[in-house]
Amino acid sequence: MTPRKLAVVSAGLGQPSSSRLLADRLTEATVERLTEQGTATDVTVIELRDLAHDITNNLLTGFPSPKIEEAIAAVTGADGLVAVTPIFTTSYSGLFKSFIDVIDTQALADLPVLIGATGGTERHSLALDYAIRPLFTYLHAIVVPTSVYAASADWGSAEDESSLPDRIGRAAGELAALVRASDRSGRVRDPFELPAGFSPVGGFGSQ
Amino acid sequence: MQFGIFTVSDVTTDPTNDTTPTEHERITALVTIAKKAEEVGLDVFALGEHHNEPFVSSSPTTTLGYIAGQTDKLLLSTATTLITTNDPVKIAEDFAMLQHLSDGRVDVMMGRGNTGPVYPWFGKDIRDGIPLAIENYALLHKLWREHTVDWAGKFRTPLQGFTSTPRPLDDVPPFVWHGSIRSPEIAEQAAYYGDGFFANNIFWPKEHYMKLIGYYRQRFEHYGHGSADQAIVGLGGQAFMRAKSQDAVNEFRPYFDNAPVYGHGPTLEEFTEQTPLTVGSPQQVIDRYASMREYFGDYQRQLFLMDHAGLPLKTVLEQLDILGEEVVPVLRKEFAKDRPAHVPDGPTHASLVAARDASAASPVERVETDNAEVLS
Repeated sequence: MTPRKLAVVSAGLGQPSSSRLLADRLTEATVERLTEQGTATDVTVIELRDLAHDITNNLLTGFPSPKIEEAIAAVTGADGLVAVTPIFTTSYSGLFKSFIDVIDTQALADLPVLIGATGGTERHSLALDYAIRPLFTYLHAIVVPTSVYAASADWGSAEDESSLPDRIGRAAGELAALVRASDRSGRVRDPFELPAGFSPVGGFGSQ
Repeated sequence: MQFGIFTVSDVTTDPTNDTTPTEHERITALVTIAKKAEEVGLDVFALGEHHNEPFVSSSPTTTLGYIAGQTDKLLLSTATTLITTNDPVKIAEDFAMLQHLSDGRVDVMMGRGNTGPVYPWFGKDIRDGIPLAIENYALLHKLWREHTVDWAGKFRTPLQGFTSTPRPLDDVPPFVWHGSIRSPEIAEQAAYYGDGFFANNIFWPKEHYMKLIGYYRQRFEHYGHGSADQAIVGLGGQAFMRAKSQDAVNEFRPYFDNAPVYGHGPTLEEFTEQTPLTVGSPQQVIDRYASMREYFGDYQRQLFLMDHAGLPLKTVLEQLDILGEEVVPVLRKEFAKDRPAHVPDGPTHASLVAARDASAASPVERVETDNAEVLS
């Protein structure tokens, strides 16, 4: 089986950031599941902090710099995406949304996505389901049922049925199954594909 | 190979002294700039069309008609004419009239326009942008080629027994370019008709346009208008020059940093690296643009954006002196080197009349034309 491509986006701003920490845990668990099933995985990690200027420039000029073009291609051509954002003021961070905004709205269709978020307290955990999940649903991505929120306290809690490692394992299993079945990374995309039924003289012909 | 300038007609505050030209000053400056273009030996002046501030050019054929009356050789064009929100009947009439008044010194570049509210202001829907561009042009193409037209489409009142007047000069319609930033549909349309394809090329990296132009060339050949390297390609460009490179950078930087579209975004250094904008000595501009054919193939028209972002008229005229006297003469020689004989020059009214007469004299072509008429 050819290796599957997994893209990882972390919108954490600190260095190191707890969003990156969560993204790494989710990625390791997903790769582990895939390896168990005999599937190799190529992982590309994208730290949005490093692309912050390029993302803003893309919003202003309408075109991607080579650096961000590479990041967008890694995400849109992947078999799966781990997307982690800090929760700022009840929702995804502005940087995270700006990155999503510079991606073509058709380009994430069918993409299996595991969403994760970090925050100071668990009070904001539902942001995953009222803000981040609908964002990817709108883009026709396939968001796995389990999303993972890590509050500061989660990093110090004991392992039990609803602990962070348990949630990570469950979510990773869900993502791994979809990544394994995905053929997205092998698809050939024709950037000049004309819409079905397109005629250069229009629907009424040249008359 | 044709060289010229194109302008978007923006009224922008000069960031170095906080002064803003009046609309009247900007409009008269446009005329001065066009006349200067002819004086320094450039071939083409192309004018944009906008229906919102801070732009002054809402009615390009009026302005171009005035310029035609004050110039002798300059080819007048647009950048772009809105094929979506204008009535194609009015485009046919206006540009045929301009063609007569200018003795054939006119062509036109079709564009869709990307200012959302302009569509509803003219009774259209931006979501119909591509279908409007396709259908309106199909009608325009017909109006210029058939005397009496019956027509029914989706977007305008049907026509029965309509004749667009005046008829095109010598019965040869103005040459048409289709401008597009990213839509393969427009490249396909240009290829289908054997029209020109213009890649604005100033706000996006060349790699993007290399793909789009490559596609247009391939489809031009597919539709039987000639080989791919005979397709008619135009490119936009942008430059600011001073004898010393660093002087150009220092002088242009405040205009760049505050410019509409890309201001307050990428640095001047990033933007000059990623797009064809070249800020430096005339030799740097020559080197940059002489290399364009390596990426896009031999092409027919190179237009430069020289008068935007609040640059004062005096500076723009100095830039045109440098462009016309130091840069373009060298580029003409560079582009002529090793250019295959079968690659056509930029289209003019004379070349289109000659092509029409040649095809009328060729019996093989004649049979094909007759068959086409029978089939349609």
